[in-house]
Amino acid sequence: MFDIGIHWQRWLLKIVIFIACLMPFLFLLDGALKDDLGANPIETVTHATGDWTLRLLLITLVMTPLRRLTGLAWPIKVRRMLGLFVFFYATLHFFTWGWLDQQLIVEDILADIVKRPYVTVGFLAWLLLLPLALTSNRWSMRKLGKRWSILHKVVYLIGVLGVLHFLWLVKADLLEPLIYGLLLVLLLAFRWKHAKQSEKKRLTERQGKLLSGL
Amino acid sequence: MLIKKASAIRSSEITDSEIFSQRRTLLKAAAAAGVGAATVSGSAQALVRPEGKGKAISGLIQTPYGKGLQLTDYDDVTGYNNFYEFGTGKRDPAKNAHTLKPSPWTVRVEGECEAPGDIGMEEIFRLLPQEERIYRFRCVEAWSMVVPWVGFSLADLLKRFKPNSRARYVYFETLVDKQQMPGQRRQVLSWPYREALRIDEAMHPLTMLVTGVYGKELPNQNGAPLRLIVPWKYGFKSIKSIVKIRFVENLPETTWWKLAPKEYGFYANVNPQVDHPRWSQKHHRNIGEGLFAGKHKTELFNGYADEVADLYRGMDLKKFF
Repeated sequence: MFDIGIHWQRWLLKIVIFIACLMPFLFLLDGALKDDLGANPIETVTHATGDWTLRLLLITLVMTPLRRLTGLAWPIKVRRMLGLFVFFYATLHFFTWGWLDQQLIVEDILADIVKRPYVTVGFLAWLLLLPLALTSNRWSMRKLGKRWSILHKVVYLIGVLGVLHFLWLVKADLLEPLIYGLLLVLLLAFRWKHAKQSEKKRLTERQGKLLSGL
Repeated sequence: MLIKKASAIRSSEITDSEIFSQRRTLLKAAAAAGVGAATVSGSAQALVRPEGKGKAISGLIQTPYGKGLQLTDYDDVTGYNNFYEFGTGKRDPAKNAHTLKPSPWTVRVEGECEAPGDIGMEEIFRLLPQEERIYRFRCVEAWSMVVPWVGFSLADLLKRFKPNSRARYVYFETLVDKQQMPGQRRQVLSWPYREALRIDEAMHPLTMLVTGVYGKELPNQNGAPLRLIVPWKYGFKSIKSIVKIRFVENLPETTWWKLAPKEYGFYANVNPQVDHPRWSQKHHRNIGEGLFAGKHKTELFNGYADEVADLYRGMDLKKFF
């Protein structure tokens, strides 16, 4: 193996992940330029950007458990970039719908957001991503302190809304949204279990202190 | 000089006088209704357009139906399909439908009729003159195509089996065969795919049994060898790869209607005033127009109101959607 030092390894990893995350977009761009996005290109772009939003969201949520299970540090170091790519694809998805599909007709867009539950939850998920993307920088982290991690727990709700959005729009075949849903449930269950364990640990530690104080 | 011997004239090229006169009336009616406004550009387009792949259908009769409409590309018509028997993705049928064996193929016609029986595809081709008709095709998912179908009025087939007075509906079934239709290994829908029409809808001259597209026999993914086309209804009514036709007295259960009755009605007439609960039906997108194309206004009965509105006179179309 090359010995390039931990700093450079991190940079290399970030560049690789950046390019990997950009690939679906580059494929769509290539398809759009070559007019090779199938019979219904707007549907192709809408589905691809939606799929990648959900996939990257789940991948982002894997990073914390991965860190806890393996003790590796890099999953946390790439988490922000992954999260920003979730926002990137969600935004592309939203604008594909609003611009290409709804032709920027504001009244049609608003009517759909109000009337169609799958649009409502999808739009809500995108709105909730906004503050997370805006506060993803170091300065906001420092500034918000403890409140930052509370705010960023909203990502769990975004995940639930994202899966609902998919589940409510399919016609008959629920398999794909249910797979996303199952993965999300597993990832949330892991966090819940971990939170309970650390709570217990805190309690026993405190009890220990109290006892030793007696 | 080449003179055709009598025996060289295929029986399919000979039309019995009864059917011939029926068709004349039909064509006149179609022309009067403005269906076939045959324009110069329309006929020119028909001449230069790409031919379909597969076996040619002999004795094809041109009709004025839909002349002048801009056809959807053959590749889109045969590459973008909803046919869950071969997978739920739009490109799945074109990829997977090679396992279907459309020949030999027999259709059973039964139920409330005097002369039930089986009819094979060869017989269908022999007995029924094949017409080309260009129809608009509107999917419930708010996209649309224009397709040059080949086939004949469903009524011309149904009459041969002499439906009786109890025949109030005509019910259809698609083949069930997990080997030939791999999508049926999963219960995405409850197989067989089932559809039905009211008898007057079934007997309407616009209602078609289709054997081909773009002048050639149907590709498997489009519902070979025999499918229904009801141009004023959403596409899911137009059942594919039909093996059974039954005349029935009571309203039969149909696939999508039974699966989600609030979303898909029995009638499923194209109607911009009745939204699907999850999306608007006011507009549709024309397949093949690209990424930046706008939408088009959807018309009541998909633009066939002059021909079919009478069938629903006095009915509340919002209730019977």
